[in-house]
Amino acid sequence: MENFFNILIKAIFTGNMIFSFFLGMCSYLAVSKTIKTSMGLGVAVTFMLVITAPLNWLLNTYLLKAGALSWLGENYKDVDLSYLSFMIFIATIAAMTQLVEMMVEKFAPALYNALGIFLPLIAVNCAILGVSLFMQEREYTFSELLAFALGSGIGWWLAIVSMAAIREKIRYSNIPKPLQGLGIAFIITGLMGIAFMSFMGIKI
Amino acid sequence: MSTTKKDKEPVFSLKNMRLLTSPFNLNNPITVLVLGICSALAVTVQMKPAIIMALSVTIVTAFSSLIISVLRNTIPPSIRIIVQLIVVASLVIIVDQVLKAYVYDVSKKLSIFVGLIITNCIIMGRLEAFAMQNKPIPSFIDGIGNGIGYGMILVVVAFFRELLGSGKLLGMSVIPHSFYEMGYRDNGMMILPPMALITIGVIIWVQRSRNKSLIEK
Repeated sequence: MENFFNILIKAIFTGNMIFSFFLGMCSYLAVSKTIKTSMGLGVAVTFMLVITAPLNWLLNTYLLKAGALSWLGENYKDVDLSYLSFMIFIATIAAMTQLVEMMVEKFAPALYNALGIFLPLIAVNCAILGVSLFMQEREYTFSELLAFALGSGIGWWLAIVSMAAIREKIRYSNIPKPLQGLGIAFIITGLMGIAFMSFMGIKI
Repeated sequence: MSTTKKDKEPVFSLKNMRLLTSPFNLNNPITVLVLGICSALAVTVQMKPAIIMALSVTIVTAFSSLIISVLRNTIPPSIRIIVQLIVVASLVIIVDQVLKAYVYDVSKKLSIFVGLIITNCIIMGRLEAFAMQNKPIPSFIDGIGNGIGYGMILVVVAFFRELLGSGKLLGMSVIPHSFYEMGYRDNGMMILPPMALITIGVIIWVQRSRNKSLIEK
């Protein structure tokens, strides 16, 4: 349980997907213009992370990893399909996004109206694939992975909402012309990243 | 597609050369179109991984554009994203296996970022915006151009971060020893991830000061 909490906090602050791994930067920069839309995207990303990461964990453990197929019998215990993992992971993510989009549309129209346009964007959000790949590299157990996925989602959400808040505030500031828009967005992200690094020494 | 010779054009025609060179500056994927920042900034601490990453992305972009452009008339529009992702994923698997076989230490350093080439927005962006509508050869050239335009920014960022952060270039010390004796210190801050973002911010600033047409309203 302690470990669970530790991974969660670490994924939200010190190992934040945006500030320390730059994952999901494209949609982060494109959508962070108003707080409302960035809230929507943040929720959608967290939601998809919590769904796809455990699914990919199951696929990785029972299908892809070296020796994962040993449940099929003695003959399969040396099979190592890990070279297929990129393709399987991205296919799972793309298929799940499509599926979730259809399900949300059918069963929760209000939620669909709020998230609808963001769901297709998520299939190519690097943060989602990134969590699955980190899971494979760091060899998390199932419960650790759940904490990691949840933490990464919340961290991403936090980052995009605070960025949107800052961008709404600086709209009327006097910024040098060539730096307006994209340039200042990068520099603000960098400064926020430095602020988030101050959490680094914390041990729970 | 017609098979007449009339609409054939040479590979190095003016139009194709423009496709190749416009991503270097005016249509740069990172600093102008804001694509593909996701997967690659973390690899810019040193020059060597950055160069290898740039090469891998160029190869994947070029060949995926070529393949998708060949297939563009047979892909049903409703599932095109999944088809594109599968094509890109297969190319990335090939690149990953080659890197593991020949430059294992760099491949370890790039860790998950090779896999993340799949979701690199430049590739998907070029496939959607260009390769789905154009013939294979222009698409291939467009892919190479965008890959290089992206790689250039990566290498420039890596150059400054390695030079200022650890006083080296490609792993060799370039700052003379006498500097350190006079009290010069490497700026450890440059190695930390946030400085990559600030370096890009400054690159954008410089580029837009020189090209007034790029300034956002």
